[in-house]
Amino acid sequence: MTTADPTNDTNPGTGAGAAWRAVGADGRRARTRRGLVPLVLVAATVLAVLVVPPLFPLDQQAVDLAAKLRPPSPEHPFGTDEMGRDLLLRSVYGLRVSLLVGVVAALVATVVGIAVGAAAGALGGTVDRLVMRAVDVFASVPHLLMGIFIVAMFRPGVWPVVASVGLTHWVSTARIVRAEVHSLRGRPYLDAAISGGASRWRVTVRHLLPGVLPQAGLAAVLMVPHAIWHESALSFLGLGIPAHQASLGTMVEAARGTLLAGAWWTTLWPGLFIVVPTLAIAGLAGAWRERINPRRRSELML
Amino acid sequence: MSEPIPAPATGPAAGPAAAPALELLDVTAGYDRRAPVLDGISLTVAAGESVGLLGPSGCGKSTLARVAALLHRPWAGAVRLAGREVRGFRHRAPRELRTSVGVVFQQPRLAADPRLTLADIVAEPLRATGRRAEIPDRLPELAASVGLGGDLLARRPHEVSDGQLQRACLARALVLRPKLLICDEMTAMLDASTTAALVAAVEDHRRAHGTALLAVGHDRVLLRRWCDRVVDFPPA
Repeated sequence: MTTADPTNDTNPGTGAGAAWRAVGADGRRARTRRGLVPLVLVAATVLAVLVVPPLFPLDQQAVDLAAKLRPPSPEHPFGTDEMGRDLLLRSVYGLRVSLLVGVVAALVATVVGIAVGAAAGALGGTVDRLVMRAVDVFASVPHLLMGIFIVAMFRPGVWPVVASVGLTHWVSTARIVRAEVHSLRGRPYLDAAISGGASRWRVTVRHLLPGVLPQAGLAAVLMVPHAIWHESALSFLGLGIPAHQASLGTMVEAARGTLLAGAWWTTLWPGLFIVVPTLAIAGLAGAWRERINPRRRSELML
Repeated sequence: MSEPIPAPATGPAAGPAAAPALELLDVTAGYDRRAPVLDGISLTVAAGESVGLLGPSGCGKSTLARVAALLHRPWAGAVRLAGREVRGFRHRAPRELRTSVGVVFQQPRLAADPRLTLADIVAEPLRATGRRAEIPDRLPELAASVGLGGDLLARRPHEVSDGQLQRACLARALVLRPKLLICDEMTAMLDASTTAALVAAVEDHRRAHGTALLAVGHDRVLLRRWCDRVVDFPPA
């Protein structure tokens, strides 16, 4: 594809114009390429966790000690773990739990974050200062510590983990939303709305939140990998998903003992199942952020 | 014609007929902890009168307009609208007091929500005040009076010119039939013909509804031809 057509080159501005267009086209292509690999990976992940479980049901409790710690082979492409369970199937099931927890926890965190951030930003003044200082206090406690504290109050299961991750990760979204609301607050169109009789609620819902949603949505997507890692960390510590259920964190933890005996596959595959999809989601979010605001340099902020 | 007018010595009772549309008495206002932008300013706009406020940029006339539109709380002094003392500003002002003043800002790009269509922008005050039912009647009539024809109403701010957007902003300021219209450098960004059209639209509306006008600007020629009275900033 050539953009410079010599027959069209009649006025002196065309050369520069063609250069501009070329830059634009290259930039577009680069952006598309940038988002493509993560997109394919995320699509494959989602497809796998949706399609595989109905086709290959897994008995979470079943063990086959005769087939324990088999290296990768045609009948067990990822090998088996120390209980003789197929690692591929368990990894997919573990990924399903991780994605579910990640998405739901990110949604919870985003909703809480938007509510707190929008309230602080829209009310302003003393309320804003008080709320944001409370947020600072909340943020000063390590996420994992607070997460462990929340999980420890409940029976092991998926929902305590969701609550634990969701209730510890809204802080960054609240800050983003509040900053965005603050930058929008000075716009004359809000003055015009106030002058037109709009209530505080109406100004917030109709004018402020729609302006904030793209950033909040992006924060939500960037939160998903973080939430997945958190779920894995809690499971790794034995505090998350019940031990018999397939979970990537639990699998990595159980594989620690066999790793020294030379069984590399028990750690590698669950580890890759944690790292690759989360990086793919983060990469996709990065490409999206570049689309929303090309001026802001995009880097993986995790 | 442009000599500073003396501040009224007494209250609203001084006027023979209705109370003045706007009275600012000894208003001091500013931002944060910096020196005040307005220092003891007084200004009166009689009911139905049009007053031009003239001053160089940065002198505080926009702040004065924002105070008069109840969008900025002054540090000291009194603001009266139609003889009624204003106690709260922005959301703390009662709704009927806020909506009794229409405002047109200098930059239509910043004064229009980029996500709404022009029709929604113009109809927004009707929706906000629970008068949704009037939209089908008022919207076409108002759009025609400010010269927004064709499919312009269905477009969004980035799809129209500054002049077209400013027409929509003027329509929005007029849609609730305010008793006082404040035009803060309404035509500063516009060409001569659009300026003339907008001024004509304002004057048509004022003739029909007896609206008072406070036009803030730096263009002496325009304000002299437009307004009953031109005041130099700061009004004594």
